[in-house]
Amino acid sequence: MNPTFDIIIVGAGIVGAACAAECARAGLKVLVLDRGPVAGGTTGAGMGHIVVMDDSEAQFALTRYSRRLWHELRPDLPASAEYDQCGTLWVAADEQEMAEVRRKEKYYNQRGVRAEVLDARAVAAAEPNLRRNLAGGLRVVDDGVIYPPCAARYLIESAIAWKAQLRTGADVRALLREGGVVMADGSRFSAGIVVNAAGPWSPALIPGLPVRKRKGHLVITDRYPGQIHHQIIELGYLKSAHSVGTDSVAFNVQCRKTGQILIGSSRQYNEEGTEINHEILERMLQRAFEYMPGLAKLTVTRCWTGHRAATPDKLPLIGPVPDNEKIWLATGHEGLGITTSLATGKLLTDLLLERPTEISAEPYAPARLLQTNESAPEPCLTA
Amino acid sequence: MPDRVTLFINGKPISVPVGSIVAAAVARSYPSCFHHSVHQETRSPLCGMGACFECCVTINGSPHRRSCLTLCEEGMEVLTGA
Repeated sequence: MNPTFDIIIVGAGIVGAACAAECARAGLKVLVLDRGPVAGGTTGAGMGHIVVMDDSEAQFALTRYSRRLWHELRPDLPASAEYDQCGTLWVAADEQEMAEVRRKEKYYNQRGVRAEVLDARAVAAAEPNLRRNLAGGLRVVDDGVIYPPCAARYLIESAIAWKAQLRTGADVRALLREGGVVMADGSRFSAGIVVNAAGPWSPALIPGLPVRKRKGHLVITDRYPGQIHHQIIELGYLKSAHSVGTDSVAFNVQCRKTGQILIGSSRQYNEEGTEINHEILERMLQRAFEYMPGLAKLTVTRCWTGHRAATPDKLPLIGPVPDNEKIWLATGHEGLGITTSLATGKLLTDLLLERPTEISAEPYAPARLLQTNESAPEPCLTA
Repeated sequence: MPDRVTLFINGKPISVPVGSIVAAAVARSYPSCFHHSVHQETRSPLCGMGACFECCVTINGSPHRRSCLTLCEEGMEVLTGA
């Protein structure tokens, strides 16, 4: 019997949405399932970075490719997606960090990504509300921010326009080795391929998957238009993002179109719950006030938490699992899923249809982290 | 100790009993609204106890202050309609 769908995507976050849009556009019969609403998990809880990052060559290649795809998509995005090409300003606190600024500037420009070094005076002119004794910074000119829930919704709607089906409130309990899924109520959908795009929850469907929850806190203020002009990140963020095992905070702010300011960021492993951790929230805000003292006077309207899907090597998992070509992954994007969602959708679809990929998909292949046999996905059917 | 204070609402002086909240003083000056929502709808106090944020005004240059939780002070400058 032929399967009902060519492809079932589990997870209607921005990564699942981008995969759905791309697969449906290619003519595949797509079903998207999510136990919650569209963008109700990590996507809805995060900031909206569209950034090029150079943690590794592979990360650089993926973020550069995906940022270009966002630029191409920009004319089609609805106003609600709030795409703002505000640029990223990496701020350096001392000469050691300025050395890193100069290295990054060279690295980016050699690879066709516009970046410019700012001295202390230029940083103060660009962002007058930053504290005065900074060493300088790096402006990545073509970076931007987006409002992730509405961007994800747009991608899902694009997929639906290409005949994809969406079911929300649809709790997938298990993946079938022969292709398909089992729902919480025992019903089944068959498919040629199932893509696990469940982000931090993806290991629930594939025990042993090397994806860990990495909790983050965010704060949003009331409307203060003009307070900041770029998304601003301290260079120490890199140390925070790279640290493994310890809780860390870093100064990172973004401005919504409304003038509201998002203040982040924190990173914690082994924090499964969604409750606010007041100690780390305090540390995070103190860090922000160190860089931008005026933030302490603003009215906060809300704070919340979310979980990133972190892999051991900071790169996502895109492609089939070893030993079962019917089960694919599009997960593990950690803090870069908004940026890298579009490239993930393209790579996944090109791999599925055996088309040439624009960048090498090799660095993101699940086989690099998944041993065969041992952690091959077992369909965890309940009796 | 005086039993009244004078503050300025959109530049206009108004005298109120000591202990009055700013929301009450603003209401007595009949503004078209306290502030505008994100979609530019006019907004005025709803809960009166600091939860709804609909009564926010600018007080002494500081935006988004909840007027229902703020006591009137002598010489205070209040702006509505932000």
